[in-house]
Amino acid sequence: MSLFRNIVFTAVIAGLFSGLLLTIMQSLSTVPLILQAEVFENAGGGAGHSHDVPAAGATSPADHHPDEEVWAPADGLERFIYTAAANALSAIGFGLVLVAASEALGGFRGWRGGLMFGIAGFLAVSLAPGLGLPPELPGMPAAELGPRQIWWISTAVCTAAALGLLAYTRSAIFAALAIALLIAPHLIGAPLPPSHETVVPVELHARFVNAVFATNLVFWALLGAACGMLRERFGAGEEASAASAAKLASR
Amino acid sequence: MVTNSASMATSVSASKIIPLSMTALLGLFIVGFVGFSHMEVVHNAAHDSRHSFAFPCH
Repeated sequence: MSLFRNIVFTAVIAGLFSGLLLTIMQSLSTVPLILQAEVFENAGGGAGHSHDVPAAGATSPADHHPDEEVWAPADGLERFIYTAAANALSAIGFGLVLVAASEALGGFRGWRGGLMFGIAGFLAVSLAPGLGLPPELPGMPAAELGPRQIWWISTAVCTAAALGLLAYTRSAIFAALAIALLIAPHLIGAPLPPSHETVVPVELHARFVNAVFATNLVFWALLGAACGMLRERFGAGEEASAASAAKLASR
Repeated sequence: MVTNSASMATSVSASKIIPLSMTALLGLFIVGFVGFSHMEVVHNAAHDSRHSFAFPCH
């Protein structure tokens, strides 16, 4: 049980730290772009969704939002706090998976190893799915949500498995399998909307895509390095207790 | 002696399987809830975070 507890501690501290830094980076880069896109979305009569102001006649196929008003955080501080909480929770979740994966593969071995795992996390969770489904701004057309989520998750899983095979196996067959796993989701292709027409300016979207990849790269590097560093600290007692248990068992 | 330590090594890694899979599942559950749940309220609360993580949204 101590292993579970130590991993949770590691992930919670690393996740809170990197999640809060991510929130700060986002409030300077991605969030202002989201707010700008919402102005276009609401002004353009909305092929998308709305928050507290339901856009009239929003009946595009991509609109999964029911007409009745559902609670949403008020703009400003409340919205910022919910974004921060969602970021921290996601970061803790990613941290738990990252530490569990590293332990199954022999551990981080310090913050440098953690950094490598973090960058692998960025490749698997941000970059690879983002190649097929670029980060979207509100008001942009998109295919049905379900198939996109399935493609996104499959791509992340395939990429993570491929990176694991490349880093932890040495046979040509596994390397070939890894390359196949890296490419396959993109050959199959992400579900795309029938039309890419949008009221959101291309220039705004380009800046948003750059901002998302940049902030996520820094976030994953921080999360990984923090997990690697903290795991070493929290793991120290674990090794000692495991060693003493082994000594007792050998008596 | 050799077999003894070998069996101990396998039992240690086997004892890790349950906590490690529990941790991974907990993490996936959290990310799934915050980033992928179809509940409107969760979507609205995590909206900017979902967009900024490039999760599929809307």
